[in-house]
Amino acid sequence: MVIGALALQGDYEKHLQTLHRLEVDAIEVRNEQQARSVDGLILPGGESTTIGKLLNRSGLDEVIRELGREGLPLFGTCAGLILLATDIEGSDQHRLGLLEVEVRRNAFGRQIASFEADIPFQPLPDPVKGVFIRAPWVNKAGKGVQILSRYDEHIVAVQQGAILGTAFHPELTSDTRVHEYFIQLCQKRKSGNSTG
Amino acid sequence: MENGLATPQTYSSQASQETYQAQKATWRVKVGLAEMLKGGVIMDVVNAEQAAIAEEAGAVAVMALERVPADIRSEGGVARMSDPRMIQEIKEAVSIPVMAKCRIGHFVEAMILEALEIDFIDESEVLTPADEEHHVNKHTFRVPFVCGARNLGEALRRIGEGAAMMRTKGEAGTGNVVEAVRHMRSIMRDIRRIHSAREDELMSIAKDLQAPYDLVVEVHQTGRMPVPNFSAGGIATPADAALMMWLGAESVFVGSGIFKSSDPRSRAKAIVDATTYHKDPAMLAEVSKGLGDAMPSLDVRKLANEELMAVRGW
Repeated sequence: MVIGALALQGDYEKHLQTLHRLEVDAIEVRNEQQARSVDGLILPGGESTTIGKLLNRSGLDEVIRELGREGLPLFGTCAGLILLATDIEGSDQHRLGLLEVEVRRNAFGRQIASFEADIPFQPLPDPVKGVFIRAPWVNKAGKGVQILSRYDEHIVAVQQGAILGTAFHPELTSDTRVHEYFIQLCQKRKSGNSTG
Repeated sequence: MENGLATPQTYSSQASQETYQAQKATWRVKVGLAEMLKGGVIMDVVNAEQAAIAEEAGAVAVMALERVPADIRSEGGVARMSDPRMIQEIKEAVSIPVMAKCRIGHFVEAMILEALEIDFIDESEVLTPADEEHHVNKHTFRVPFVCGARNLGEALRRIGEGAAMMRTKGEAGTGNVVEAVRHMRSIMRDIRRIHSAREDELMSIAKDLQAPYDLVVEVHQTGRMPVPNFSAGGIATPADAALMMWLGAESVFVGSGIFKSSDPRSRAKAIVDATTYHKDPAMLAEVSKGLGDAMPSLDVRKLANEELMAVRGW
């Protein structure tokens, strides 16, 4: 199994380091061939407007949309969650539009309001360390969207099928459990594909 | 001032902050924003219109300042923090992070920038230093700082004071990348040297570099700069940006290079693309086509010593 991290801009290297710690094969994804070779794709933190433009200019957005609709597991953190969303409050910026949520960018405020806190993450019994950096939250979630975490009553983690999104950055901590959860989604899809 | 009440966070506290309530301005949160800016381009802008052009081109952040370094150089006089009104206008014009510069050692300018809720403060040699002996104690601020360095010792001293991101100084406002190359090569060479040194050599290296010992130990263990390592100072073309990425930069700052060129929109976009695809020569050739004239440039060797910005600070 190989997991990719979209490497156009942002903290993709932190995701790759986490995957390496879990002894999972991981590659940087910058083009179509790389995108089609992975069993799961992580959309990292970064600037969502920048990554959105680079996705659009390269045509990689169409490829990821197609792969996502076919069921490729996707995991977006912060900017990655924004890029996955169908709706971005007050913005017409480029996006993939695969996850039926409306997000609010910089919802917790500017950098001075950035914070870390222990938060629940529904698939896990114990809290995880949420690192929120100029972070978004989810305003509204569609019917098929499962809410995995709330902080201060705001939705900060969601899942729809094999698409996972968090407003926080598990890749900035030494705790690998959220990534392990995503890897399980990838394994489930891969074994489903090979037997079906 | 609220920042007077903030608990100073030191580099050594980064791994041990496992608590149960929300904590702001931790070392992890400060360095975290620098992590988010990796693989991107931070552009100098002097007004809201330029900020919008930068965001449209794909900048990851803008640096709000009254005069770009090339103009500071030609106009002379004391260069200070920008007018807060102008900084606010730029903040309102874009959704990406906004940085601003304070003078070296001018902690009150830094307090003002923090009160304006700037996302990153650049304690910058491009402005006229306010203190020739002391830099700002950056641990006491809630907003993260970036500082310039010519070599690894200087970088580790700034990190010791609390800088959450480093950049090469280069020689700002010249359109000449030679000094940024010199600084990045020196930094990366010393990182490699420390990484491969024996443990019993580290104190001697710390003495030579005049760097905090525990940060030298960290570089020895990780083989990396302890915070994100960006480049600035003289980057004028997409190829310059790609060169700095090859040499070890994790992002680039472009100062005068964009808005002093003949076609800022095209050049800004091309430098963004070149940073992302710096390993792809065919892509670099494509994005470098037809960009018009680069900014007017200066031969660094012909500048008098008192005209050099990189020698400000220590």
